[in-house]
Parts: sequence; structure tokens; C-alpha cells
Amino acid sequence: MKLIPCPICGERAEIEFTYGGQAGLTRPADPAATTEAEWGAFLYARENPKGMHRERWRHIHGCGQFFNLTRDTVTDRFIP
Amino acid sequence: MPDALLPLGLLQRRGPLDNAAPIPGVSIAPPLRRVSLHSDLSFYAGIALPRTPLRAVVSDNTAILWLGPEEWLVLAPERDPVTYGYGSVVDVSHRQIGLEITGPNAATLLNAACPLDLALTAFPVGACTRTVFAKAQIVLWRRAEHRFHIDVARSFAAYVHAMLREAAMEFSATV
Ligand SMILES: [Zn+2]
Repeated sequence: MKLIPCPICGERAEIEFTYGGQAGLTRPADPAATTEAEWGAFLYARENPKGMHRERWRHIHGCGQFFNLTRDTVTDRFIP
Repeated sequence: MPDALLPLGLLQRRGPLDNAAPIPGVSIAPPLRRVSLHSDLSFYAGIALPRTPLRAVVSDNTAILWLGPEEWLVLAPERDPVTYGYGSVVDVSHRQIGLEITGPNAATLLNAACPLDLALTAFPVGACTRTVFAKAQIVLWRRAEHRFHIDVARSFAAYVHAMLREAAMEFSATV
């Protein structure tokens, strides 16, 4: 089982967390002004790196907080 | 007249563990007053809210457990009324069931289905947190080295109790 570093609670078991997807996505300020391709990219296009991936997690069965961390998708190591 | 048909004195309180066979080292906590605080009131019933994450404070018969940033759970005797203040204060007394796990095997029993590090250095007396017990979410509070309190949703109480029974089989040949 992976141990995930919660910034508040410290390292806790993976099953206490839910995954929130890629971090750092910004919703277009004016969706009506975007092209279909731009809106589609915002909704669906995600990185799929072999290596460092910036992602969102929530300690849902713990302190409840959302936070960002970096995970190495090759080794599953977390870097807070 | 519903009152005549069901005099309150004849109503019997029922719980999900009424018919559960006892487990050595596991007892069902008496009904409690539970209050969920979702905003920083600084004080509840005159008791300062714990500011340290994952720690509980106890004053007389009232305990206040830190569960998350701006989230606390108050456990008090059932007779105590709710103290409302300027913020989110919700009486959740009947949402959960309390279980007391006691004895030298208490931590081992819990670790059968809870992934927390329950070493005294990692989870000392007074520590509290939301966590999981098998597939159920629980609140765990260490009241003494060999005494833990579990608060679990009523609907999961029978499940958690049954998992504890299975874990306890390791310590008793007769269960
Ligand atoms: Zn946490």
C-alpha cells in the first residue's frame, strides 16, 4: 500500500485518499469566447507523463483537505 | 391520540448492535451528545477548541476532537444540551455509535483493519483522527495507552462490530 504525505496529517495509507486528477488546470475565464477545440482541451486533454506528474489529492477519510503533490508515475514516489 | 398509543415511557430505544454477541475487549459506548462544529468558534461550552491537528481536549465529561481544519467533533454526556454559537453547530448525536476498545491487545485488534500506525510515539494518548476500519470510515481517539474510542456511522456499526469479532478471534480460541 502506498503512503501519501498529507500536508496536515503526515504520511497516511492510500485508502484514506481520493485522487483529484491533474493539478493546475485553469478554467477559461470566458467559456463562451473559447473555440470548441479550446473548451474540449480544457475538459478532456490531460498530460500522461512517464515521470513527474503534478496532481490533486484529497484526504477524504482524514482531515478532509485538498492538496497538490508531485508523483513519479514510474516509481509511485510522492514529492510533497 | 398518538400519545395515548405510544406513551414515551414505554418506547424502547433500539440500536444496530442490540442483538450483537459481546466481544472480549469491545464494549458499546452509552448514548452520547455529539456536536459537529464546522467553523472556528474558539470555544464550545466554555472549552477552548484544540488548535493542534489530530489532538483531542477533555474537560470534565466533554471531549472535543480535532478532525480537520475548522472541523471538530464534540462528545459529551447525552443529557448535555447543545451550545449554539456564531458558526456551524450541528447536533449529530444519533448519527454515530460509539465503541470502546480496551485491553493490552486493543491496538493490535484495531490494526487488523485500520492502516494507522498505532505505536504510542506515532499515535499517543489524546490523538484522534478520522480514518478507515476495513471499508468503513471511523473516528478513532486514543483515550489511554490501551483504550480507544471508535465513533462510526450507525449504518456501519454492525459491519465494524463484525470485523472486530473476526479480528478478536486471534486472541481467543473460544470466540
Ligand atoms: Zn490529512
